[in-house]
Amino acid sequence: MSATVNRFSRGTLYVLPIALLTFIPLAVVVGYFLSPQPEVWSHLRQYVLPRILVNTGVLMVLVAAGVLVVGVSLAWLTAICDFPGRRFFSWALMLPLAIPAYVLAFVHVGIFDFSGPLQTLAREWFGQSAFFPNVRSSTWAVSVVLTMAFYPYVYLLARNAFRTQGQRAMEAAQTLGMSRTRAFFRVAVPMARPWIIGGLTLAMMETLADFGAVAVFNYDTFTMSIYKSWFGLFNLPAAAQLASLLILFVLLLAALEQRLRGRRQYQVAYGNSPRLRLTGSARWLAFGVCAAVFAGAFLIPVIQLVIWSLQHWREGVDPRYLGFAWNSIRLALFAGVATTILALILAWVKRQHNDTTTRWLTRLSILGYAVPGSVLAVGVFIPIAWLDNHLHAIAQSLGFSSVPVLKGTLAAMLLALTVRFLAVAFQATDSAIHRVTRSQDDASRSLGLNTRQTVWRLYVPLVRPGLFAAFLLVFVDVLKEMPITLMTRSFGWDTLAVRIFQLTSESMWERAALPALFIVVVGLLPLVLLIRHSDSTLNRH
Amino acid sequence: MLSLRTLVASVVTACATIGTVAHAATESVTIYSSRIEQLIKPILDQYTKETGVEIRMLTDNGNALIERLAAEGASTPADLLITVDVGNLWRAADRGVLRKSDSTILEANIPETMRAPDGSWYGLSRRERTIFFDPAKVKAEQLSTYEDLADPKWKGQLCLRTGKQTYTQSLTAMLLARHGTEKTEAIVKGWVNNLATDVFTSDARLLEAIAAGQCSVGIANTYYYGRLINKDPGFKDKVSLFWANQGKGEGGVHVNLSGGGITTHAKNPEGALKFLEWLSSEHAQSGYTHGTFESPVNAKVKADPIVQAWGSDFTPDTTNAADVGRLQPEAILLLDRVGYR
Repeated sequence: MSATVNRFSRGTLYVLPIALLTFIPLAVVVGYFLSPQPEVWSHLRQYVLPRILVNTGVLMVLVAAGVLVVGVSLAWLTAICDFPGRRFFSWALMLPLAIPAYVLAFVHVGIFDFSGPLQTLAREWFGQSAFFPNVRSSTWAVSVVLTMAFYPYVYLLARNAFRTQGQRAMEAAQTLGMSRTRAFFRVAVPMARPWIIGGLTLAMMETLADFGAVAVFNYDTFTMSIYKSWFGLFNLPAAAQLASLLILFVLLLAALEQRLRGRRQYQVAYGNSPRLRLTGSARWLAFGVCAAVFAGAFLIPVIQLVIWSLQHWREGVDPRYLGFAWNSIRLALFAGVATTILALILAWVKRQHNDTTTRWLTRLSILGYAVPGSVLAVGVFIPIAWLDNHLHAIAQSLGFSSVPVLKGTLAAMLLALTVRFLAVAFQATDSAIHRVTRSQDDASRSLGLNTRQTVWRLYVPLVRPGLFAAFLLVFVDVLKEMPITLMTRSFGWDTLAVRIFQLTSESMWERAALPALFIVVVGLLPLVLLIRHSDSTLNRH
Repeated sequence: MLSLRTLVASVVTACATIGTVAHAATESVTIYSSRIEQLIKPILDQYTKETGVEIRMLTDNGNALIERLAAEGASTPADLLITVDVGNLWRAADRGVLRKSDSTILEANIPETMRAPDGSWYGLSRRERTIFFDPAKVKAEQLSTYEDLADPKWKGQLCLRTGKQTYTQSLTAMLLARHGTEKTEAIVKGWVNNLATDVFTSDARLLEAIAAGQCSVGIANTYYYGRLINKDPGFKDKVSLFWANQGKGEGGVHVNLSGGGITTHAKNPEGALKFLEWLSSEHAQSGYTHGTFESPVNAKVKADPIVQAWGSDFTPDTTNAADVGRLQPEAILLLDRVGYR
């Protein structure tokens, strides 16, 4: 009995400081419920909420289905099977992660809209283009674009799972008389479930918090109502209240995720078994599917960005671009390191102290990812500014000149970005920590290793690919991040994403192609590293 | 270990920031601007060159800047807020982040309808929101007013920008100021019924859609038209401009503004006011408006040649910009009610 209490309190103790980082900004947001906005609410309830709730629900279901089908099947193909181009696609299919969702959206609308090149060409050839589906406001078009933007999360995590699982489990299932298809659905996918669900959770939280991409399509989701209340009705309290509902919904999702993952122990057998060689038309079908996704999610958008950049090269290019890129990289580096360390602590504590309070505190810590960036930025900024004003008073009473201490410094910016992206690092780290089996735990204990030795000798080596993935994912996400960087940055911290914001806010989409291309290029290197590294680590076993 | 290094790095950066702030606070002017750097930078550089006053600028969305100012309170580094759209300007004043300032220079340079009655903000450039049409399908004589576009004769021919965009909201707010809720609601409903396609998220795309033949008539800001003509001079022949509401008693064309105001807790209000006065001067107005294809607020200054080409011979709406800004939230509720997305 006393042992349980002890474990309970210690786990809580470790997680609490990290949870507070997220909890304080979220409390600021939820705190706006103290100033009720009945008029706005009755309006929203009558005219806005019914439609956007349906829209958001439909979008989430379609994107969930999309990222699962695309992410899992591509992961399976490149991890287990062999077909022409497999080596190339195994890393190339990660690349769409380097393209921000809002960029993918404006590129696709630019290409496929009525006045875009495709429909114009169709009108020149056939005299009309009415057979083209309308892309703006189309549920399908938004779902496809978000699927293309977010499937890499599922792909990355599922692929790691399939690689470590190897062919053995499938072989075993087939010797038991299952067909290959049946074995895939009954054995391979369930074994990879924690990873797949982890990726899906990230994709869902991104979908919920996305504003940029849906705004390009003018597809109204719940996030839109938050922005509308704030930017349109000038009602930040109502916006924060809506955001609180979103947070509540995500908490429910988190509980659901926990159920979906189940309480199973996932034991992983490392094996370097031969790949499943696809034959005949299956080879080319696999090639075709990979090529189509790669083209739609990466190749075509990048080509379009290059074309636009060339058109606006002269007016757009600026010697300061290197400075913007350097700022982006530094920021991504710092935030990546900070979140990865916090995520490792969270994942480790959660494993050691698996009591209810610790679990819920962990969930709370990663909620920042689902809150729209701007709202989170306000939540982070208000307490920082408050603290600053008080520190400012203290500094003055001590005879220092009046200066901002926290606000407008790198610390404030990093804090906000950490709160936002802790979830990304956590999902990758937590999935990886499942690789350490209970028997390995027991072995290390029976060898008399203490906690620190266990962490450094057992966990860190085994979890390293996951940590590396966590760091790189956050790195790429920070590169793309816009609202928090905008709100919390100080003078001289303009990044590439800030540049894109400035241009798109004036509808200069084509001119924004240049900074967007910079982001893609900067983001590519870590992504290639990520895939290379995870493959080589696995091959060593 | 690395977290320690991060900490050290941020502390060092913090100290560096402290150093620069303490040093710069005396002379320089600090601006929060939602007008983007690309458009405003040349004119800032010119000011620094002429006066030696250093200008530091931070850009963000107008609403985010207003919230930032409110949260920072007395410790804000900003002396001046520059933003676009009268709704944002009115809102900044309403939120208490702008201070009133008197200046005979500003009053002389800027017409009365284009500044806040209490002097909390001043317009710096004009952008008209008017009617554009496809000359191959529509004759100018068929067009008259914004209100007329609600007539069923335009069914399936109208292109509009999304109601989430502040320019649509300001136009609707102007109609509200003119006609009251009931009639405005009928007009906007008529527009929605006449739509040729889903509303656009950008005026540039809307104008391109008119050129491509997706719709024959639409409402957009003039400077987007200027930008497209600048890119392709042939665009003038594909899409034509029509000044809305020019008839007697029709109220005139809707005019929106970019503008600025001195912040409540400005450290250098005199410097900010001087800069604001300079921006409104004949000397600076062409630089402030030409690259953007807007019109100067200072009547003595000529617009960009591209803007001059479509003429400034029109009657502007005379509703005070502050009234339009105040009615904006109501306009949004109205747009929601009639299903204008």
